[in-house]
Amino acid sequence: MTIPASRKLWLGYAVAMLWLYVLLWPLIGIKPEGLEFATSTEIWAKLAVVSAILLALWQLKQRGVFDFVSRPAQAASQVFTKAADRVPTWIWLVFVLAGALVFPFLTERYAHDVAISVLVYICLGLGLNVVVGMAGLLDLGYIAFYGVGAYTYALLSVHFGLSFWLCLPLAGAFAAVAGCIIGYPTLRMRGDYLAIVTLGFGEIVRIVLNNWMSLTNGPNGILGIKAPGVYWWQDGKVEHIWLGSLEQLYYVILGLAVCTVVAVYRINNSRIGRAFEAVREDQTAAELMGVNTLGIKLLAYAMGAIFGGLAGAFFASRMRFVSPESFTFIESAMVLAMVVLGGMGSIPGVILGALALIALPEIFRGFELYRMFVFGGVMAMMMLFRPKGLWPAKRMGVRSEEKD
Amino acid sequence: MTQQPILELKNVSAAYGRIKAIKDISLKVYPGEVVSIIGANGAGKSTTLMSISCVLPITGGEILYDGVRIDGTAPDLLPARGLCQVPEGRRIFPRLTVEENLDMGAFFRKDKAGILHDMNRVFQLFPILQERRRQHGGTLSGGEQQMLAMGRALMSRPRLLLLDEPSLGLAPLIVQQIFRIIREINESDGVTVVLVEQNANLALQASNRGYVLETGNVIMEDDAQALLANPDIRKAYLGE
Repeated sequence: MTIPASRKLWLGYAVAMLWLYVLLWPLIGIKPEGLEFATSTEIWAKLAVVSAILLALWQLKQRGVFDFVSRPAQAASQVFTKAADRVPTWIWLVFVLAGALVFPFLTERYAHDVAISVLVYICLGLGLNVVVGMAGLLDLGYIAFYGVGAYTYALLSVHFGLSFWLCLPLAGAFAAVAGCIIGYPTLRMRGDYLAIVTLGFGEIVRIVLNNWMSLTNGPNGILGIKAPGVYWWQDGKVEHIWLGSLEQLYYVILGLAVCTVVAVYRINNSRIGRAFEAVREDQTAAELMGVNTLGIKLLAYAMGAIFGGLAGAFFASRMRFVSPESFTFIESAMVLAMVVLGGMGSIPGVILGALALIALPEIFRGFELYRMFVFGGVMAMMMLFRPKGLWPAKRMGVRSEEKD
Repeated sequence: MTQQPILELKNVSAAYGRIKAIKDISLKVYPGEVVSIIGANGAGKSTTLMSISCVLPITGGEILYDGVRIDGTAPDLLPARGLCQVPEGRRIFPRLTVEENLDMGAFFRKDKAGILHDMNRVFQLFPILQERRRQHGGTLSGGEQQMLAMGRALMSRPRLLLLDEPSLGLAPLIVQQIFRIIREINESDGVTVVLVEQNANLALQASNRGYVLETGNVIMEDDAQALLANPDIRKAYLGE
């Protein structure tokens, strides 16, 4: 690096550090007892030193000081990637699935709980991925369908005693109907307007759940929802048992998640999926090619809603309790963040995104206070360095080659 | 001609909000013809095509296709009836591959063998698309994108093809190639073509008849050769 470039870099660093202090001091230094400088200056100095060291290291790396380490490392990673590429995809899938199947035997209760959350969010993320990633419709009220699914099962279970397995398709169907009802008036809009309107509808669903006392019991929620039941070989005869324990529920949601992955994969590779993409890319052109754009968008919306509804029914059966509080806007934002973070339109990306956003905060429970702070920072970094997500979708090229 | 026109516009008007873009346009296109609509910027050429494709609702008049009124129908039903448009600026799907773009053109069709046959025909017309069939549409050059847009429209087996500014922003050599193919589609595949162009000279040379549009009105219609020879037209549109 040349001297002027280096000077520019350090100048930028100085400005950034000054700016950081201006931001940091009011946050930490203004207290009811009066103004304080010591703590904020100390934190600021630590941050400044660490970033200065990192910057210096980066500069040295640019000059090639660390080449003796990085060159062999790079070569090794290349060899590894090549070897990994030679293994067919299905072997990886089998490994992942086998890992998921034995997971409950290797871990304890807390991990099961987190894993169930992750899998629920994978279902939600994949469902939203159909709407946002494939059809390009920004939906900020997706969690409404999760709520519809959850309440469908909750009400049918409590009032009519219907079984989980019967209610699962019903929950999906109700969510799809809700999707059509919400989608029909809104999907004529494009871009920002659509986002605002879906945000509004998402809130409407939550507020209805909150206020329709006679049906939903309002903010008190619904108690006494049954867990899924199955007939299972027990003590030498077939008996009906409730899948109440966490491991059993884990397998239920794992099955649901696998079905979702397969379904979304199939949609992605179908002509309908391509029509979703055509509508996303250029609506007018798609219309001129004979695509019924409103119908296709409604279909995408309803399909996304179905997966939300299925996940919702599971959520109700796992919690044995539903209340409107679980379906707030922040949940919608969370699911959307998973899709964007993982890579829009990419199935492994969404799975990775769900893992990152649900499992990592659990692992770093110690830093709970700073969770949102880190979250924002990570999001900003991602947008700078990997704007297409952790595992971007590249299905087009890949699939065409597979055809040969 | 005593034949029934494949496309007829009777006093068609259309507007964007309160701004009238075309006023009382009447025109006829007969089967097997190449008809060009020429005119300056903002004369209403693209508006006319968008009205014919029913993307833009008309405010007055009638549009007849095969003797049946089509104004007011859903635009997505028209390709299945043999009316397809190649929109201005090509508007291919940039993140779909060439092959997938072509397949989108046959979206309403279910006959796999026929689709494959037509795709081969498109590759025969535009060999470069076959070479690039695995590439994303967005990575093609402007000329290739125009070819792809035309190929995509041909995949719907149109009887009437509407072409909006196929020469826009292309190198002269490519433009000539495109026009050669327009003639070929017309002559060997029997597709009737309506051509909207700013490049009046080229368009009229490739056409049987032409309409001249000015500020939303048809001010002249004649055989293409006659228009080419017309001194007013030569002065206004052919730069002489």
